[in-house]
This record gives sequence, C-alpha cells and structure tokens, in this order.
Amino acid sequence: MAGTTGTDRAVTRRAGRRNALAGVLLGLGAVAFVDETVFHQLLHWHHFYDRASSAAGLVSDGIFHAFSWFATVAALFLLAALRRDREVRPLRVVGGALAGGGAFQLYDGLVQHKLLGLHQIRYVPDVLVYDVVWNVLAAVLLVVGLVLLARTRRA
Amino acid sequence: MSGHELAGLVGAVVAGVYLAAVLGRPWPAGRTACWLGGVAAAVVGAPLTGHGDLRLHVVGHLLLGMFAPLLLVRAAPVTLALRTLPVVRARRLAGVLRSGPVRLVGHPVVAALLDVGGLWVMFRTGLHAAADPAVHALVAVHMLSAGTLFAAALVSPDPAPHRARLGLRAAVLVAAVAAHDVLAKTLYATPPPGIPAEQARAGAELLYYGGLPVELALMVLLGAEWWARDRRAGLRPARAAGSS
Repeated sequence: MAGTTGTDRAVTRRAGRRNALAGVLLGLGAVAFVDETVFHQLLHWHHFYDRASSAAGLVSDGIFHAFSWFATVAALFLLAALRRDREVRPLRVVGGALAGGGAFQLYDGLVQHKLLGLHQIRYVPDVLVYDVVWNVLAAVLLVVGLVLLARTRRA
Repeated sequence: MSGHELAGLVGAVVAGVYLAAVLGRPWPAGRTACWLGGVAAAVVGAPLTGHGDLRLHVVGHLLLGMFAPLLLVRAAPVTLALRTLPVVRARRLAGVLRSGPVRLVGHPVVAALLDVGGLWVMFRTGLHAAADPAVHALVAVHMLSAGTLFAAALVSPDPAPHRARLGLRAAVLVAAVAAHDVLAKTLYATPPPGIPAEQARAGAELLYYGGLPVELALMVLLGAEWWARDRRAGLRPARAAGSS
C-alpha cells in the first residue's frame, strides 16, 4: 500500500499548511479587531480621520480594513473545513496567529509608523516609549509564533 | 409624478412579474424573499439618492447601490427567467448573456470599476447634488445597475459559463471594499462642494460602516462557494470517494 501512505503524507502536508494559513489570517484579523476596539473606540488614540493622515495613509488604512475583514472570514472557513476533515491542530493555528499578528504589528510599527511616517501609535511628545513597547511586543509575538510553527511542523 | 411614486410603481411591477413567474412552480422561498427584499430596498433607496443632504444621500446609496443589488442577484432572476420563458426566447436570453459585451461588463474588474468608479466620479463632480431630476434618475439607474453587475460578477447563483476564478473575484472584492473605505475617508477629510463639514463627516462614517454588512455578506458567500468546492475536492481526494 505504498500509494496510500504517499497520499497520506501529501494530505498531512496540506493539512499542516492549511492550519498555519488559518492561524496567520486569524492573527491579522485579531490585530485589526484590537486596533478598532481598543485604540479607536476605548482609548481614542486613533481616529476615523485626523489631519495628520496623508493620502498614502488613507489608502493603506482602507486596504488594511478591507483585507483584515476578508482574512477573518477566510480563516473561519479554513478552520471549519479543517474541523470537517478532523485535521485541526490547535497549537499550529495558535502559532500561525501569533506569527501573523506579530509580523503585521512589526511591519506597522517599523515601516508604516517610522519609515513612511503614515501615522503614530499616539500623538504625544514622548512617542518613543510607545514605539519601543509596540515593536518589542510585536517581535516577541512573532518569535513565539515562529517557534510554535516550527515545532508543530510534523503532526 | 414624484420620485417616490415612480419608484413605487416600477417596484410593484418588477415584484409582480417575479411573483407571477414563481407561481405554480417549485422555487425556494428564500429566493422569493430576497427578490422582495431587494425591490423594497431599491424603492426606499432610489428617491433618497437625489437628496441634497449627504447623510440621506448615503442611506440611498447603501440601499439602492449595495443592499438591493446583493438581494436581487441572490434571487436568481436569470434562472427563473430561463425556466419560465418559452424555449425560443429563453435561448435568445441565454445568447445575449453569453455575448461579448455582456461578458465584458460582467467581468469582476470591469464591474468593480463601473460600480466604485461611478461612486467616486459622482461625489467628486458634484453629480450627487445636481438640481436636474433627469440627472438624479440617471444616477439612480447607474447605481442600481452597476451594483447589480458587481454583485452578479462575484456571487451570482445564476448559470455563468465564463465566471472568473474564485481567487480573482476575492481580490477584486477586497480592492473594491478598500476603494469604498478610502472614498468615505476622503469625503470626511474633503467634503464635496456645497456640503457642510458636520454633514460630510456623518455621511462619510455612515458610508464607511453602513456598507460593511453587504461587504461581509459578499465575503461569506465567496467563502461558502470555496467550502462547497473544497468538500468535493477535499484534502484527501483518494479516500473522499469511499468515506462519504
């Protein structure tokens, strides 16, 4: 039955990739959710629009908003399919979510905030403290996520 | 005849034709409900799109250009027409739907440009506040037809021999939603000519958040299509045939 085990291995590989992808997409959606609820609605550090927003900032916001909703919906369908196939590997999903969320937060913190200057975490004089906390937290999430992904590579 | 009366009359006729076609044939009740809901949204929304107040105008856009198209498309009107019409005319309809021009405007990219592009043009040229009722009527017709083309290109349950790949449709949806969001924020930042800042801000937020239910529904319908296809293909093609 060499053929069957070959197929099994291919299925396991595909399931592994699908668990990781579902996690990454879920992580992106979660970051967007935290941004909207915590930073916009609760803390009021971020606003629907502020005068500091450039045209590029508005476009990047729009793409992020649209894609994060899409990522959330896609992740839920992927997870539903994995459950249907009895292939959910929770640790791998969590690893993907931490890596995806951490990677996006790090990209946001380094490229969008500092390199492009599209927007800031909070509009205060000593934003450096916020930047350090933000990026270190992001890096920790990313590393933990990547380690989890590496360790759950085999089912 | 006022805009309300005209919209109501057209709506009553359109709803009546669908009901007459459904009568006496097996047809999912959900589709009929979608059709009636879509017609109602369009009848309420159409007169609002001519309103000078941006907030009411936006409510009109949401109803006529987003909610109504999605509901009308999900009612599968083409399938119903193909089953109801005499054979010769049904064939002619199928021929028209397969023709080059229809395929062109039915392509997701073209449909999205017509739909969201039209919205940008309307707000940035001041067309939304034009005084001429004929211009209002044209704007309303464009809103409904472009929205319907867009919804049909993405999630139509009707037969579509040249439907674009799922990945392309998903990418077009994300891009269109992003463009809709960016438009809302630019309306907030730079109000259209003649609109007070307060009103522009309320209208912009309404546009941004009010479209979300339709956008999410489109995403879920694409996801459901992927799910159904994945269930057939499956992670394990070799075993799926035996186990299910």
